[in-house]
Amino acid sequence: MPTVLELQGITKSFPGVLANDHIDLTLEQGEVHALLGENGAGKTTLMNILYGLYKPDEGKIKIKGQEVEIHSPNDAIRQGIGMVHQHFMLVPVMTVTENVMLGVETTRAGLFLDRAAVAGKIREISERYGLQVDPDAYIKDLPVGTQQRVEIIKVLYREADILILDEPTAVLTPQEVEGLFKIIKTLVEKGKSIIFITHKLKEVLAIADRITVLRGGRVVGTVKPQEVTQERLASMMVGRDVSLVVKKQPAKPGEVVLEVKDLHVRDERHNLSVRGVSFEVRAGEVLGVAGVQGNGQTELVYALTGLTPIVSGEIKIAGQTIHKTSPRQILERGVAHIPEDRQKHGLVLSFPIHDNMVLCTYYLPPFANGMVLQEKVIVENANRLAQEFDVRAPSVFIPASSLSGGNQQKVIVAREFSRPIKLLIASQPTRGLDVGSIEYIHNRIIQKRAEGTGVLLVSSELDEIMALSDRIAVMYKGQIVAIIPASRASKEYLGLLMAGIRPSEAAEQAVQAAEEVERVF
Amino acid sequence: MSAKETKITTRKEENKKEKGRPGTWQVIAMPLLAVLTGLLVGAIVIVVTDAHVIAAYRNFFRDPLGALGLTFQTIFVAYGALFSGALGSPERIFLGFRQLFTTGEAEGLVRAFWPLSESLVAATPYMLAGLAVAIGFKAGLFNIGAEGQFLMGALGSAWIGYTFHLPWYLHLPLALLGGALAGALWAALPGYLKATTGAHEVVNTIMMNWISFRLSDWLLNGPMKATGYRPITPVIDDTATLPRFFPDPIRLNLGFIVALLAALLVYWLLFKTTFGFEVRAVGTNPDASKYAGINVPRNVVLVMMLSGALAGLGGATQVLGVDHWVGQGFSAGYGFDSIAIALLGKSHPVGVVLSALLWGALRNGATRMQSMAGIPIDIISIIQGLVIVFIAAPVIIRWIYRIRALETEKVVLTRGWGK
Repeated sequence: MPTVLELQGITKSFPGVLANDHIDLTLEQGEVHALLGENGAGKTTLMNILYGLYKPDEGKIKIKGQEVEIHSPNDAIRQGIGMVHQHFMLVPVMTVTENVMLGVETTRAGLFLDRAAVAGKIREISERYGLQVDPDAYIKDLPVGTQQRVEIIKVLYREADILILDEPTAVLTPQEVEGLFKIIKTLVEKGKSIIFITHKLKEVLAIADRITVLRGGRVVGTVKPQEVTQERLASMMVGRDVSLVVKKQPAKPGEVVLEVKDLHVRDERHNLSVRGVSFEVRAGEVLGVAGVQGNGQTELVYALTGLTPIVSGEIKIAGQTIHKTSPRQILERGVAHIPEDRQKHGLVLSFPIHDNMVLCTYYLPPFANGMVLQEKVIVENANRLAQEFDVRAPSVFIPASSLSGGNQQKVIVAREFSRPIKLLIASQPTRGLDVGSIEYIHNRIIQKRAEGTGVLLVSSELDEIMALSDRIAVMYKGQIVAIIPASRASKEYLGLLMAGIRPSEAAEQAVQAAEEVERVF
Repeated sequence: MSAKETKITTRKEENKKEKGRPGTWQVIAMPLLAVLTGLLVGAIVIVVTDAHVIAAYRNFFRDPLGALGLTFQTIFVAYGALFSGALGSPERIFLGFRQLFTTGEAEGLVRAFWPLSESLVAATPYMLAGLAVAIGFKAGLFNIGAEGQFLMGALGSAWIGYTFHLPWYLHLPLALLGGALAGALWAALPGYLKATTGAHEVVNTIMMNWISFRLSDWLLNGPMKATGYRPITPVIDDTATLPRFFPDPIRLNLGFIVALLAALLVYWLLFKTTFGFEVRAVGTNPDASKYAGINVPRNVVLVMMLSGALAGLGGATQVLGVDHWVGQGFSAGYGFDSIAIALLGKSHPVGVVLSALLWGALRNGATRMQSMAGIPIDIISIIQGLVIVFIAAPVIIRWIYRIRALETEKVVLTRGWGK
């Protein structure tokens, strides 16, 4: 097959970092080429160079054998390169057609938008690649999976032959991932070539024709999926052996540390987003809450930690009712919270690491004497925790903003685990983190469980839920549709529950779906 | 788990390292370059608005050297007058010292230092009001109401100053405290509204400014009016005045020391106490602050009150140290200029003290520039305005002086409207 894209010796350095070190990469026509690597491995830099956002220090880009210079995304588009970003670039109040034509408006008489012509072309593209998108639908009404297809249409509409998909599965349910993979297969069958950026090993093995692993800005190797295992890929990514299975002892549930009865909570827009949720978490067990993002998990956690008032229902932590209790009082009862959005809630990014390490305890001795902060103690504490929790930073005086996502998360975990806790509420604790950090944080959570802490784990990552939980609750539209022991849960069954299928039906369908999924993964 | 060495560093080592980093000098260099650029552009404004210079350029081709010479002479005279008006002329200081040593007469020396002392006197209210705005910025609050709080502080301290008759050790502290309290209460209302309803403090403090202006008009024409026809308060008792350090005409007084102590206190509060930790946390990330258990609404009210107290104290030092009574048009925009001072000082107490000194010197020197060089006093406002533009738009300074931007640099002033 002909080579459509060739990167030769691409090198790019930023002050203090060699982000790309002589990277070679070839993409053949009709190929899905996965680019695998931890955060900071240089995947994004490389793709930004290809998309004209950065200028490489060295190296050549060849498209269909011709050496080209790409100075801007417009150049990239002209060369037939299209990028589907992880965070969608869509205007929610506009229709699919309007979003697609944004920036390349087709006009009649040079003045009037020709929506019909564009809509026609969208239908044609949609049909050809099995995308199933209605050009007249408003973006805000579309599920995330469909929005992503609109992004793909945008790229195809601009006549791209090379598609770069940046972490495309991060926001999708298992079923949506399956749908995306079908689309990718259709695209390559029709001659498109795809660069698929990810750090998820299973997906790579399922979809890629070739896999290039990056680490520390260098190519570690290019392999074919038939030749490798997940473990091998993980160790290529991280540079050492990684255990993908979380080792844990059977749970020894103790007394109830968290009891929730018929809880109702409103979200920021005053919609009732938690509707009658009841469950309990015991000491020494992990209750996983699975569900597609936006089904009330966020508000549930906010209510439990006092960030949002509850509408009705009851929350008991260690036997005491939480009612109009401030976040601080809840923390002081022995609740640790790893927040879903680490940059919004978890850290004050402009603060140095040492201040972030005492964000919840700065007012208590030994960190404060009366109202005077004890800087020496705070710094010592941070140095000790940074070492214990493997936070990789030149010093604890640098602002949290200059840490990588994984290290930011370790700062939060270190802080929350460093005080005596009875209940750990961990919300998306490993979102966006690399394999090494995920392994580390998972082990820490299991260690807390072994110490007798009750853990409420909220995650939209099914692998994570299944690896850590003793029991699994599935949330759909503000309600818990089922709580099942982890031993009885399968990915297909959970996926169906997450999609709102009733438990009895889901059990039947799961068997069928399992067979189908088998073919994809 | 690989045993990765995490280096244990102490603050001292870190500080040493910091000095070697490109970021540290920029923090100091950027405001200095902004001031320098402001003065340079100000020079252009002086030249192009000077009739003689323009006339000389009409004849440029006949006498190019004359035109250029006049240009530089005009700038030199103007800034020379500004400088000697702000800091005193070196020649007179030298003569003053000689007189002191030869005849034992100090008057010449005192007069030589008079311009400098006036600059310090002018800087005092700027410092306090600047600190008021700066502490607001640190908490993410934009207190535009410093002007009104300054005025209320002046009225409060004046009222205590002329109403009560007490020994100085009670009267003076009480008058200062009264000024601070009046300012604090005036700021408490917008703070409370922000904390409970989310009403934006910018809007509410502006409203409070207008209320304070009209309230003072009424007070000065009614309840607080001195006997006579002018709308001014009675003169305060001597026991309430801030003592002056030197004989007349030098007006430098204890108020300057009060302002420096306030800066020290603000520094300590912001960087060494749990209160300051909360203020800075709320100012940069209110969501994380709430998560950490900080009572954000309470913090907003407290910071607004502290900010108001500092502005009110500024008004009090002006009354008790300089004017000794309050009349209409008392404030002359101290509260508004203080926003500029807080910006120039990057909301850091040390920076605020330095920029207030600069502001005081410019204001004071401008008077002499007008009388000596015939340059209108408004040029100073233009220069100050330019300095603020260059501070607010560092891109311009970076472009002129080819300074690379720091990736981590981010100045949070306010969090915008509504949320």
